[in-house]
Amino acid sequence: MIYKETETIAAISTAVTEAGIGIVRMSGDRAVEIADKVYKGKKKLEDCASHTIHYGYVKDGDETIDEVLVMLMKGPRSFTGEDTVEINCHGGVYVVKKVLETLIKYGARPAEPGEFTKRAFLNGRMDLSQAEAVIDIIQSKNEYALKSSLSQLKGNIKNKICDIRNKIIYHTAFIETALDDPEHISVDGYGDTLRVAVDELLSELKELIDSSDNGRVIKEGINTVIVGKPNAGKSSLLNALLGEERAIVTDIAGTTRDVLEENIRLQGISLNIMDTAGIRDTEDIIEKIGVDKAISYAKDADLIIYVIDASVDLDDNDYEILKLLQEKQSIILLNKSDLTMILGKKEIREAYFAGNPAKETFEIPVIEISVKNGKGIKELENVLKEMFYHGNLSFNTEVYITNMRHKKALQDAYDSLCKVIESIDIGMPEDFYSIDLMDAYESLGNITGETLGEDLVNEIFSKFCMGK
Amino acid sequence: MKFSANSVWENKDHYDVVVIGAGHAGCEAALACARLGYQTVIFTVSVDSIALMPCNPNIGGSSKGHLVRELDALGGEMGKVIDQTFIQSKMLNKSKGPAVHSLRAQADKARYSRTMRMVLENQKRLEIKQQEVVEILTHETVDEQGNKKHKVKGVQTYSGAVYKCKAVILCTGTYLKARCIYGDVSMNTGPNGLQAANYLTESLKNLGIKMYRFKTGTPARIDRNSVDFSKMEEQFGDERVVPFSFTTNPEDVQIDQASCWLTYTNEKTHEIIRNNLDRSPLFSGMIEGTGPRYCPSIEDKVVKFADKNRHQVFIEPEGLETNEMYIGGMSSSLPEDVQYEMYRSVPGLENVKIVRNAYAIEYDCIDARQLKPTLEFRNIDGLFSGGQFNGSSGYEEAAAQGLIAGINASRKLDGKDGIIIDRSEGYIGVLIDDLVTKESNEPYRMMTSRAEYRLLLRQDNADQRLTPIGYKAGLIDEKRYQKLLTKIKCIKSEIERLSHVHVGTSKEVQEFLERNGSTPLTSGISLKELVRRPEISYHMIEQFDKDRPELPADLKEEIEEQIDISIKYEGYINRQMRQVEQFKKLENKKIPEDMDYDAVKSLRIEAVQKLKEYRPISIGQASRISGVSPADISVLLVYLGGR
Repeated sequence: MIYKETETIAAISTAVTEAGIGIVRMSGDRAVEIADKVYKGKKKLEDCASHTIHYGYVKDGDETIDEVLVMLMKGPRSFTGEDTVEINCHGGVYVVKKVLETLIKYGARPAEPGEFTKRAFLNGRMDLSQAEAVIDIIQSKNEYALKSSLSQLKGNIKNKICDIRNKIIYHTAFIETALDDPEHISVDGYGDTLRVAVDELLSELKELIDSSDNGRVIKEGINTVIVGKPNAGKSSLLNALLGEERAIVTDIAGTTRDVLEENIRLQGISLNIMDTAGIRDTEDIIEKIGVDKAISYAKDADLIIYVIDASVDLDDNDYEILKLLQEKQSIILLNKSDLTMILGKKEIREAYFAGNPAKETFEIPVIEISVKNGKGIKELENVLKEMFYHGNLSFNTEVYITNMRHKKALQDAYDSLCKVIESIDIGMPEDFYSIDLMDAYESLGNITGETLGEDLVNEIFSKFCMGK
Repeated sequence: MKFSANSVWENKDHYDVVVIGAGHAGCEAALACARLGYQTVIFTVSVDSIALMPCNPNIGGSSKGHLVRELDALGGEMGKVIDQTFIQSKMLNKSKGPAVHSLRAQADKARYSRTMRMVLENQKRLEIKQQEVVEILTHETVDEQGNKKHKVKGVQTYSGAVYKCKAVILCTGTYLKARCIYGDVSMNTGPNGLQAANYLTESLKNLGIKMYRFKTGTPARIDRNSVDFSKMEEQFGDERVVPFSFTTNPEDVQIDQASCWLTYTNEKTHEIIRNNLDRSPLFSGMIEGTGPRYCPSIEDKVVKFADKNRHQVFIEPEGLETNEMYIGGMSSSLPEDVQYEMYRSVPGLENVKIVRNAYAIEYDCIDARQLKPTLEFRNIDGLFSGGQFNGSSGYEEAAAQGLIAGINASRKLDGKDGIIIDRSEGYIGVLIDDLVTKESNEPYRMMTSRAEYRLLLRQDNADQRLTPIGYKAGLIDEKRYQKLLTKIKCIKSEIERLSHVHVGTSKEVQEFLERNGSTPLTSGISLKELVRRPEISYHMIEQFDKDRPELPADLKEEIEEQIDISIKYEGYINRQMRQVEQFKKLENKKIPEDMDYDAVKSLRIEAVQKLKEYRPISIGQASRISGVSPADISVLLVYLGGR
């Protein structure tokens, strides 16, 4: 953790959207060295003059990732004052991310929020009067990043990582106890035991890494929650957007009792969409839990899609839901437009603004839709796209960066454990094992937000009996 | 005043430094000050107890052996004295990597104490005084910022005598308000029934020093004639003994060694203990101090590790001129009758006679976070402290701090900056950094797992790491320093040379490899590559190394060992060296002493509180304080960068 200040960092410095081009920036002592590992052009960047642009390819081994232009700025004549490489790629969220991931694979670290600016400042590239602004950025963004990193880490993944960490520290503590008290405890031949244990940990980590490639450790995208009264057609909407029967749809009100989560892409925008239980005052305990969950998800959402059954009148439950929408980006869908509509856009807008007169300058999108026959779905997509490109909705890049950090941490831990196996195989003495074991432990701690502290010493004392 | 002096008398002799306490910390501190040119007086409640070993009869052990080697490399005394007075010696962890090899010697306690006392007595500018110091005399000064600060001007003894001086080093060990306890017996004495120091605590509290109360314990001493050794396993020392001190001629330590004996507790022992737990002062709440987890009493072990049906017990001689023996592994504070019953349940001890009962001891010590890394109190100019008084445990930990406190007190009088050994330079650095940076609820013991760069901090290279610092401090003479430089030069040039000397696949080479259980070569390789093989050493391949230069005879063994270690573990060593480079960058970013943390916007409140309390000297130290987050460190960096 404490070495962070001097590592080489990389990040996507353009908006992470479907754009014409995207720029990945890397800064630090090793920037040129790392760039040379992935950039294939006429010359090595190391041999090029500063402030020049080079055409070539970014490759991960044999795999070509993109055709790029690379801008080389050697320190101190760069924004950060350090050696800086900027890679202009051919846009596309996928490609830009892939380029960044490749840089990280070859030794860079994902930049913390505000880190380029911080370095610029520390290296005297910015006016002293800007110090406070820089500090504010670091502090606020770090808090946000920490919060998002911890709150969005799925419970089961967190448990798995903690479990792996506990095993690692147990074995390390045993080795260390024996080294500290060799007359009481012998660690001879422990390599065989450890090998079995580490092999198991490696396959567990591998699984986590693979799942972070597919589903991601944290779900990316705009957190979108579908809310509405029971049987308004929320689950049908989810299925329509997904193009598959994911949610169980019945005529029985209250069918969806838990929250269903799906990631979909509409017009290049990634939505992390959650279908919730219908909100109503209910006596059913299980349904009640579902309703509470729906409300709490809605409160944390980036976007709320409110589905209303336009064939029936508004009731108290609707007014409750409308209150939820007040502080949020939201879209109202008047569903069942294939049936006789009792409610129109006007009534809904009135009901919405009744709760908050201050909002009158604000235009809430209301769309007539029929999930059943597909009417209005296209319009919904267009409205989403518009909100996104007007900046009303922002893609949560923190989540993406957090994911990348998590993946790197998992990979680092994996690599460290491989080194343990290597040390066992080449017959290194037992004390060498703990070096890499503790590295793995620390890497995983970066995910769960736990620092090293006195963990090892505490584990030694609590699990093993020392002499004297 | 609580003490009985009727009249105050000033000793008009000239003193620069006063050292309070003549245990392992005090001895090193006083010797360092006197050797560095300062008139020093060392106070002890009993001259007969100078350099006393009131607990285990060992010097060294895992990681503690490192401390002694480092102490020696810096110009300390402990290593030299134990080399003259040990009766058995072992290199621990010899089958493990070189980083965890550690020397452990059985000491002849009485001889150790007498030998060290003689060194003190013969040291120029050092005076020994048997007297209890009861008060630190200070006057108030105001610094440039207008902050009031105490400045040391002398000490006063129980007899009323005043000794004026410029610096005081507190090395009171376990003597402050000491209380020894077993069963319901409680005595207000220091270890071994020695007089406790009951007044100084008040004086320290009046100076605003925050005190802790810690606890530790020791097992019984028994009569050798009452032990049946036929029921125990004999434990021998190493065949070839390695000395602690880099200055000791290895031939001088090849002596006839005494044996130790191994036996075990059993279910019966544990049952006796369990049945009497309610009579233990630890469990009844009579003892309030916090005990160390690494040195549990036998009752602690039985309770905490209930699944273990036996614990090891080492019977160790206390010296050659006594029949007393130490029962390693069975420290206790159970009542006397239970002690008899429990010890006598152990095979070989059925008829044992106890000479001294086991006891727990409670004492006052300080929260060492009030100290700078130089071991001077942050708020009291000229007051230094070292040893168990700082919340550590162990003779070696104490001696190491005493030496550093002594060096830095002298440097202060010289007007020089203090010497701080950092975590990448020595276990001593880790020890002191941990003490002054981390909160601790128990006496601190050194452990190899506490040293993050332990591959670099080996006992075999302590001289290369620290003798240059000892030379700079003035405790290492020119001759010793030059010898070290020669050694370093030889190691470096030999490693370099080996990478350019190649061997082919000649029959001679292949046969040699086969004979030594090594895979035959498929093509030519350098000698360096050959030495990298675990089963091959530099010494073994001399026959293939035609141009090998003559190494200095007195350094030959040491140089050969260093070449082997450097080559065999090169990959790991380089990795740690890269980490150290990064570590140093933050250590070298100093924080001004008068840093106003309240003025730094955006630091979290918790961080401001912690930083104000600890006043770290560098960003690196700040980053190790619990409660200071990486984001706070970023903010600090930016703020300092903008000044």
